[in-house]
Amino acid sequence: MHKLLEDCPGKKLFLLGNEAIARGALEAGVAVVTAYPGTPSSEISMYFFDISQETDLYFEYSTNEKVALEVAAATANSGVRSMCVMKHVGLNVAADALMTLAYLGVKAGLVIICADDPFMFSSQNEQDNRYYAKLSGLPMIEPSSVQESREMVQYAFELSETLQEPVIFRTTTRINHSTEVVPLGKISQRKISGDFEKDPFSYVAVPAVSRNLHAKLLKNIEKAEKLSDNSKYNLIKDGGDLGIICNGVSYLYVVDAIRELKIEDTVKTIRVGFSNPMPKKTIQNFLKGCKKVLVVEEGEPYMEETVKAFAQEAGLTLPIKGKGENLFSRLYEFDPVMVKQVISEDFDVPYTPTAAIDFSDVPELPQRPPSLCPGCSHRATFYVVKKAAEFMDFMCTTDIGCYTLGFFPPLSMGDFLICMGASIGTGCGFSKVTGKKVISIIGDSTFFHSGIPGLINAVFNNHNFTLVILDNGTTAMTGHQPHPGVDMKQLNLDGYRQVSIEEIVKAAGVSHVSLIKPFKVKKSIAVVREALEYQGISVIIAQEKCILYAKSLRQEKAKAFYISEKCKNHRNCINELACPAFFIEENRAKIDPALCVGCAVCAQICPENAILPLKNS
Amino acid sequence: MKTTRLIIVAVGGQGNLLASKVLGEAALISDIPVRMSEIHGMAQRGGVVESSMVFGDAESTIISNGDADVLLGFEPSETLRALNKCSLKTVVITNLSPLPPFTVATGQGVYPDIDQLKDLIRKKTKQLIAVNAVDLAKMAGNTMAVNMVLLGALIQTGILPLSAHNVKEAIKTRTRKDFVKTNLKAFDFGFGAVENMR
Repeated sequence: MHKLLEDCPGKKLFLLGNEAIARGALEAGVAVVTAYPGTPSSEISMYFFDISQETDLYFEYSTNEKVALEVAAATANSGVRSMCVMKHVGLNVAADALMTLAYLGVKAGLVIICADDPFMFSSQNEQDNRYYAKLSGLPMIEPSSVQESREMVQYAFELSETLQEPVIFRTTTRINHSTEVVPLGKISQRKISGDFEKDPFSYVAVPAVSRNLHAKLLKNIEKAEKLSDNSKYNLIKDGGDLGIICNGVSYLYVVDAIRELKIEDTVKTIRVGFSNPMPKKTIQNFLKGCKKVLVVEEGEPYMEETVKAFAQEAGLTLPIKGKGENLFSRLYEFDPVMVKQVISEDFDVPYTPTAAIDFSDVPELPQRPPSLCPGCSHRATFYVVKKAAEFMDFMCTTDIGCYTLGFFPPLSMGDFLICMGASIGTGCGFSKVTGKKVISIIGDSTFFHSGIPGLINAVFNNHNFTLVILDNGTTAMTGHQPHPGVDMKQLNLDGYRQVSIEEIVKAAGVSHVSLIKPFKVKKSIAVVREALEYQGISVIIAQEKCILYAKSLRQEKAKAFYISEKCKNHRNCINELACPAFFIEENRAKIDPALCVGCAVCAQICPENAILPLKNS
Repeated sequence: MKTTRLIIVAVGGQGNLLASKVLGEAALISDIPVRMSEIHGMAQRGGVVESSMVFGDAESTIISNGDADVLLGFEPSETLRALNKCSLKTVVITNLSPLPPFTVATGQGVYPDIDQLKDLIRKKTKQLIAVNAVDLAKMAGNTMAVNMVLLGALIQTGILPLSAHNVKEAIKTRTRKDFVKTNLKAFDFGFGAVENMR
């Protein structure tokens, strides 16, 4: 049985934030979960993928976040509690559905889990998704800790049903990827099927209907404001007349700072856990008892601006500070000492931070950037494409996935990256105006997610570039989730069909399509060169399984190579491939047999043919 | 209850996530408040993996620069790099076996001299405990047990509010059954190695 299905209320488990969120949803009786994986939210989808195989809960990896939200919008409107899971930028993709779903509303609870990533540990931006709640008019719930997450997910489901609106549940990386002791509650009975009552004048968003629905949404926001004002998740702690307003993990840092600075008697706090609509009356009352107020929030001045507006309406003129010089930054994530320092300065509390360690006499340490794995098929494809394009003036638009790491030297394959699927659309633009040969790189899962419309655009508008689709048979970056191109039978799972990338590309009207096996270097270079020379849109599909995925399926070749006496120290292997299985010992290149997986790409590019398979590996 | 802050740094694949999980479980058994945060997105891609664990009275799950009471380093150059988390009050425990990053092979970086590295850490922190964890893990029967050796060394210092007994209980329940015996042996070797230093 899955760990999260254990039905023993009161038992304490050491749970990851994402586990606590999943558990909370199970306790709320969630029956449908849809997701597109993305760090830091991915584990939630993986638990539900497993759980759906042993229960009647329905889970699907949808092709992208927009589809995931649409599926969940329908199930929730059929009376089935549903949840949709994504990372912060996923909500950009789902935004089209989100904005009008807010007009339509839901019947059963729909909770949208949206995981923000301040500091961009694993993301292309650090947008603050609280503004989506404001933009859509939907309620937003924000926990501060792992423990609270379990409980507040359930509250979000109830709130969704009270208001008949989807609820956005916003976390940040430090909640998703923190671990705490969590006492379990009871798992509720799931209602797995429902019915949809036809009511086109409430559910078909044509202008005449939407005009009514928008008015309904505004009334709902008023109702939500009252609920926010009475919500127990807007926690108030009394103290003196110095006020702190905070949210999310910042609250934890504030609590620690107040205790360590011993200012419990002079400072009072409000932690906003119901952050859209903001609890207006509660905050206005809070402000009335304050001499000055500090707003502690990561990201944008979302609360600060609202609090200032509330103060203005109440005719209050106390100083309210948050973002600014010598205060808090809009950049990156906060930490306990940073919060302690700003509080001590703004509230004039004595505090001497620990002296920072002097690094002036520490030699510069070698960097340890993440890299493509030993035996990664992307490395082989990048090498092949680069060789084939050797004499061309080319640029490379890239996309989101492990292969983004190919932009590091020496592979240096990646000159422009915005978001999921953008390699193809930007390929169209660059090739139109630069006169350069444009090579676009996209992974298999990303192609399904949002690459296909770009490709159809390229065909219809007769663009001239080459698209390389890296088909490694899985969604590798986020931990090997399936996508529509995956052969689910290899995972011993029935009930799925497989979508062929090659057939889609051909059906889109691409007339030059070639397949390569990137570990066959010479042959692949010839095929790629021909595709690069083609006038018009040409597509290369590089097929080779992700080595980590192959290992998990026990399909790896696992025959390590070594560098023989014939080596003349050209080091093409190291300098052109940068495979982490290589190291230098006594000025000679060597291969670590524990890391080498026997892809044999280095053996094919060694000018002396000095790299050979180990006999007894 | 006193707050104790522990940073663990390692290179992807060294098993520090399992080590921190064991400590968390041990805290749960011991009824000691514990909070942990990890950045592990790049674990499989050879990057640095960092865990922070806060025991006792605190709400935060992360640890600011200069704020660690203990630093447990699985790889010497990464231990040195993580010194920004330390101060003169920090006890540092490190494995001594280098895993040079690939940038050393390509000549973009130079691996630090181990003796110099030890001197630097000693000078800038309260105490350095250096362990040949790979040798001890091999003696215990599995080179992969470096994490358990280092846990033994860490617990011996008595800085964490956890007993060896409870950490061993957590090893028994949280590590793979066929490795438990080796893991416990590795833990004892790490514990003993530090005991003998004193």
